[in-house]
Amino acid sequence: MTNANLSSEAGYSHAAGIFLNAEFMNDLRLQMIKFARVQVRDEQLAEDAVQEAMLSAYQNIERFSRQAALKTWVFSILKNKLIDLLRKEKRHTAASQLEDGPNINGEELIEKLFNEHGHWQKNERPQKWDNPDHGVENAHFWRVFDACLNALPEKYSRFFMMREFLEMDTAEICHNEEVSVSNLNVTLYRARLRLRECLEDSWYQKEKSS
Amino acid sequence: MMSCHQATQLLSEKLDRPLNTKEKVALGVHTTICPPCRRFSQQMEELRSISKRYTQDPDAT
Repeated sequence: MTNANLSSEAGYSHAAGIFLNAEFMNDLRLQMIKFARVQVRDEQLAEDAVQEAMLSAYQNIERFSRQAALKTWVFSILKNKLIDLLRKEKRHTAASQLEDGPNINGEELIEKLFNEHGHWQKNERPQKWDNPDHGVENAHFWRVFDACLNALPEKYSRFFMMREFLEMDTAEICHNEEVSVSNLNVTLYRARLRLRECLEDSWYQKEKSS
Repeated sequence: MMSCHQATQLLSEKLDRPLNTKEKVALGVHTTICPPCRRFSQQMEELRSISKRYTQDPDAT
């Protein structure tokens, strides 16, 4: 091997190195699949979207010198692909057909949280959120967050993810899901009430209650 | 006087649309005197920031 060969390979591998890191790439792919699957019901379509996002990252290989930059980039591609998929999916699953699901929802939820004057029930008042352990950024927190998200009725989590993960605006979601603005607002409100309570009980207040 | 139920609903909607002046004033008055709703307001902001980190944090997803 000549020196010239070595140096040009070194230059290339600086950018491509991330792609050659099998562990990082595999983890990234699994994260993307999980993210896609919670939002798009058809598994094959979710996988296809991930493949396409990965492929476009390979095609832009020279852009990335850091893992974080690559991750941000492929996720933004993936989000756009998921938004497209959700637009097409609309005919098959109108949100109005989705179950409200088990657990306490709707008016019952409001009655549980607030008294007849609309004020917080004493034992339902939001508590201060103290981070146990090493703060929010750890794997355990995200497992709790996933569990809370999964516990939501399907309609709640679908609207919540469209709004917060895919960052679609209100008009876009209403158009896509054929719901009124007030219906969307109420659904997002209830989703947030439930998530807030679940995170507080399962994470922020866990140490105090156990 | 706005109830906590109404205040929390507006605090959620604030994340989805700009509130009008009347709503902002009523909400401001309510949260000034209501610590649980003040806390709820901070937690709504936190929920949004957690959701943004969901696709960025190496430990998430």
